Amino acid sequence: MSEYRDPEMVEKYLSELHKIVTRTWTIMEVCGGQTHSLVKNGLLNLMPKEINMVHGPGCPVCVTPVNLIDKAVWLAIEKGVIMCSYGDMLRVPGSKQSLLEAKAAGADVRILYSPLEAVKIAQDNPNREVVFFAVGFETTAPANALSVVHAHRMGVKNYSILASHVLVPPAMEAVMNDENAVIQAFLAAGHVCTIMGITEYYPLVEKYRVPIVVTGFEPVDLLQGILMVVKQLEKGEYRLENQYSRVVSSEGNLEAQKVINQVFEIEDREWRGIGSIPLSGYEVRKELEHYNANIKFDVNIEKVPENAECIAGLVLKGLKKPHECPQFGKKCTPQMPLGAPMVSSEGACAAYYHFSMAMEEVT
Amino acid sequence: MCLAISGKIKNIEMQYGGLVRMAKVQFGGIVKEASLEMLPSAKEGDYVLVHVGVAISLVNDDEAKSFQYLAEIGELDDLIEHT
Repeated sequence: MSEYRDPEMVEKYLSELHKIVTRTWTIMEVCGGQTHSLVKNGLLNLMPKEINMVHGPGCPVCVTPVNLIDKAVWLAIEKGVIMCSYGDMLRVPGSKQSLLEAKAAGADVRILYSPLEAVKIAQDNPNREVVFFAVGFETTAPANALSVVHAHRMGVKNYSILASHVLVPPAMEAVMNDENAVIQAFLAAGHVCTIMGITEYYPLVEKYRVPIVVTGFEPVDLLQGILMVVKQLEKGEYRLENQYSRVVSSEGNLEAQKVINQVFEIEDREWRGIGSIPLSGYEVRKELEHYNANIKFDVNIEKVPENAECIAGLVLKGLKKPHECPQFGKKCTPQMPLGAPMVSSEGACAAYYHFSMAMEEVT
Repeated sequence: MCLAISGKIKNIEMQYGGLVRMAKVQFGGIVKEASLEMLPSAKEGDYVLVHVGVAISLVNDDEAKSFQYLAEIGELDDLIEHT
């Protein structure tokens, strides 16, 4: 992988970018992992000032609604389940408590690397209920679905998932449909496309007349993707291109898509800070609903308004940069976050906070 | 969340009652298990991209891609002199 971090390659791409750019372009990188890499590697400061990168909604932890956090906390505390989760979710504030606070109060909350481990925990604890907080975009959906397939195949009855699954293309549409949208091109999320392929982005290119380049995560990947986008923009073109062909094929991973369709169906989803987006997420299929924690435990938690001081919705739609929030670094820090983008390692607010040197240059 | 890391398959064994192909995948000095259910054709020695314990793609060894792009913008000769 070292060639994708090679300073000389970075230098070449930067110099080419400086050579061809003639005016300001606003480009959104959709994926939080790309945001993290751009900020961490200092690329925002090295690129021509005409290139304005805005950070997209591609951080599943960031867009998981408060209500779902409240449900996870309720299951852990009131129902006494073993609540398993990816580590990023633990600090995200619910309306009263985060999962981390629930754990401190005695709930059995466990951080896992893979959802497949949760099924093993269920097997090892036949007298307890085990719930996996299945958060993620298309990249994570096959693994989360696979946990249900494993449980089903092995007859594990004490396992279910609390799904918070969101999809990238509808989120890109929501970003473009905002009346204040200023995005002129997208870097599409490389690993999402590893699973889903690239064909679902052709209609977006045509509908919004914007270049979309499927892009990877290393510095050279990102600069190459940005260069491909800027070349199109400068020529007045809009096409779908694939920078990340070493792992992204046109059709994606068909086996993974099969498992997703076996376990999930598409439904409307609530996005934290953005609101409801039609057909923008996955829920467990009706015929497998005994693996859906919402149904199994008859979860019904009242919705409460979001924290009014947090401008996460504007940040996630690329309308504000994190440091433009009055609470940034003051009332809102990774230790005491007001909203999820300050918690997740891929949240734009956390990236700006942790790499504040970069932020000062950018501002 | 969508972080995925590429590593090399060291060996493959059947688990879950002989139903699932699981690989030991080496990432630098670390070895972790990954399910190969999404990659039926993966074999020992292949490089795979792993996300939350599941291998989601083979990594094509066409690192030439970046170099090809540099060649297109007329910079490759310069780069070769430095390598």
